[in-house]
Formats: sequence, C-alpha cells, structure tokens
Amino acid sequence: MSNKLINWFKFASPQAFYPLAGRMIPWFWALAALFGIAGLYIGFLVAPTDAQQGEGYRIIFLHVPASWMSMFIYLVLAFWAGLGLAFNFRLSGMMATALAPTGALFAFLSLWTGALWGKPMWGTWWVWDARLTSELILLFLYVGFIALQSAIDDPRRADKAGAVLALVGVVNVPIIYFSVKWWNTLHQGSSVSLTKSPSMATTMLWGMLLCALACWMYAIAVALMRVRTIILERERHTDWVRDELTSKE
Amino acid sequence: MNCGWVSRMLKLIRAIIARDLRLAMRRRTDIVSALFFFIIVVSLFPLGVGPEPELLRKLAPGVLWVAALLATMLSLPRLFADDHRDGTLEQLALAPQPLGLIVLGKVLAHWLVSGLPLALLAPVLGLQFDLASDALWVLTLSLLIGTPALSGIGAIGAALTLGVRGGGVLLSLLVLPLYIPVLIFGAGAVDATVTGLGAQAHMSLLGALALAGVFFAPWPTAAALRIALE
Repeated sequence: MSNKLINWFKFASPQAFYPLAGRMIPWFWALAALFGIAGLYIGFLVAPTDAQQGEGYRIIFLHVPASWMSMFIYLVLAFWAGLGLAFNFRLSGMMATALAPTGALFAFLSLWTGALWGKPMWGTWWVWDARLTSELILLFLYVGFIALQSAIDDPRRADKAGAVLALVGVVNVPIIYFSVKWWNTLHQGSSVSLTKSPSMATTMLWGMLLCALACWMYAIAVALMRVRTIILERERHTDWVRDELTSKE
Repeated sequence: MNCGWVSRMLKLIRAIIARDLRLAMRRRTDIVSALFFFIIVVSLFPLGVGPEPELLRKLAPGVLWVAALLATMLSLPRLFADDHRDGTLEQLALAPQPLGLIVLGKVLAHWLVSGLPLALLAPVLGLQFDLASDALWVLTLSLLIGTPALSGIGAIGAALTLGVRGGGVLLSLLVLPLYIPVLIFGAGAVDATVTGLGAQAHMSLLGALALAGVFFAPWPTAAALRIALE
C-alpha cells in the first residue's frame, strides 16, 4: 500500500514526470489517430443520412465531442488546481496551465461548429439557447483563467491564483447553467429545441463516441506535450534540464 | 466558540467597516465618480437606441442592471489596492483574527459605498426609462438584495488581481462571467414585474445568491490575498 503511494507521488515531481510524459505522448497520439479514423469512417461512410437534417447533421461528429471535452476539461483542470492547492504539488499547477488552452479550443470549436450547423438547420448562426449561452460563458471562464495566469509573472503565484479562480469557477458552473436555463425558458423567442432530438441510430452513436474518444486522447496528448514544455521552461535553471537538453544534441 | 468569541468577531467586523467607511469618506470623489459613471452609462442608452417609451421600458431592467455591474467593477480594484500599497494588508493578514472575517467587513463596507448608493439612485434613472412605480420599487429592492453578491464575488477577483499588471481589465474578465446569475435574476425580477408575472421567485433566488456570495466569497478571497502577499 505505502509502496504504491510512494510510486505515485514520485511522478508528482516534474523531473520524474518529464520522461514518463515523453513516453506516453506517442501512445496517446496513436490512439487519437486510431479512434479518429474509425470514428470518421463510421461518421462519413457508414452512418446513414439523417431523415430530417440530411447530410448536414454529420457535423455532430465533431460538435458533440468538442462540447463534451470543453466541459470535461474544465472539471479536470479544476481537479488538478484543487490538488495543487491542497498538496502544493508544482506539477498540478503546470497540468492546469497546460489544459486550459485545449479546453478553450474545444469550447470555441463547439460554438463554431454549432454555428455552422445552426445556419442550415435553424436558418441562423446563433440563438440565445441555454446550451449555447452557457458554452459561451464557459469559453469566457477559460479566457479569464488563461488571462489571469499569463498576467502574473511569478509562476508559483500564477498557479495558485489560477487554482483559486478555477475552483470558484467550477462551483459557479452549475449556478450559471441553471440560471441561464431558466432565463432561456422565460425568454423563449424561437421554438428551437436541442433536447427533443429524435433517438439516434446506433451507428451514429458509435461514430460520435469514437470521435469523442479521439478528442479525449488528442487532448491528453496535447496537454502532455504542453506540460513538458512548461516543465522545461520553469526548471530551466536546474541541472537535469541542462543535461536533458544537451544530451539530445 | 462561546458568546464572547462571537461578540469579539462582530466588534472586529464593525471596526473594519468603520475604518473603511472613514477612508472612503476622506476620498469622496471615488464614490461620486462611480455614481456618475452609472448615471452616464444609463443615460447613453436612450441616446443610442432612440426615445420611444415602449422600447425604453423593455430595455430598462437590463440596462440599469448592466450599468450597475459595470459601476461596481469600477470601484473593485481599490478594495484591497490601497491597503496593499501601504502595508496595511500584510498587518491584517498577520492579525490573530481570521482573515476571512476581515474580508467580510471590507466587502460589507464596499457594498455600503458602492452598492447601496447605486440602489438608491436607480429609481431616479428608472423614471427616465418610463418605468411604472411598482417596477421602480422592484428595481430598487432587487439592487439592494443583489449588489452585496456583486461586492462579494468581486472581492475574489480583486484579491486575485492584486498588484497584477493590467489588473483593471483583467478583473472584469474574471468577474463579469461570474456576475451573470445575479444579472439574470436581478434584471429578471424587474422584467417580470413589468410583464405582470410577479417578481417573487426572482427575488428569492437573488436573495439566495446574495447570501451565498457574501457568506462564501470571503474564503477564496482570503486564500487569494494570502497568495498575493506571499
């Protein structure tokens, strides 16, 4: 038991984690490619054309995974942030910093693909639907996190301040979601409903799940690559980084 | 946790509020400029969208509430900045009393000099938007209930951006998204009164938000202040 704990905590040190991340990255890229190809194959070639929406619905194979990932990454980010505050792990703060741009990217992609889907289906790029609005606010939260961290020069303070903000944000996300939802039902202008979608064909669901897995693996791979860069940048004064960088040449 | 402890802590909060109010009264221009900012922003809207009374009545709750949000933002950076500059904040953090309670006192003082005047001024501006008297009452009441939450949530942002370059703009990036629920229920209460739905549900939720905001916000604020002071 205690032996296992020690093994886990070993990787909380950036020096130990750096080579581990380096070994894991190719695997996650491979998984991302594999799931991506399978998901897109099912999505574009196997899944039938939708009876109501035609071919345009196929954007959900990117849209839905992007929305899921944008929310999931915020939770993961807050988890690392909380861990960093509680145990004072340096690596946790770096992980949170590394995840934020990917999360923001997915939130943006979700809004962008949603707009592209909305134009042919609803005849408009944007409606003030509860889900769209809360996704937009999630993007704002990511932007705030990134802006705060990049405005603080001292990386340790940036990590901790970002962690407090992420935790405050994650407590607020449900409140924001329900207030927006209620606001939306009171102000329902258009008769668009995302929730009453017809039950989905099994192949569509499989395509979507595979694409979601691909996005997940991609997010891990990219976050690990980014965290490796952050480790090198922050630990640049240490001997092991100097050895690491000179041995490659 | 006996009676003496509670009364001592209440005395502490009272002392902090009295101190902050005295400081604010020595620099009255700050309060007045934030109020005039509120008045000017609200007055710009009829100039921008036109003077039709129906349109203005419809816009009034949102415009007044958004302007109140922005005016609150304006006074937030000074919540801790002056104390940080002259070293008072470090003394407060070293004090044996919990920093959270000190923050609570500062939040309440901030509300007294920013939220309260906004709420009292709002009905006059509501008249410019041709609001009926019941809507004016609800507007004032919703601002009275809702602005403490703005001070509380804003304190977190003010503490996080303490001494950070570009702090003012950054503060609005951090805090405005978190203000959205208060805006929705505050403006919603007035809107519901205008449309005849009754504001009670909105008011209850707004009260819940304000209580939660004022109660919980001092903890992350205190944590953020300790991070800033490290």
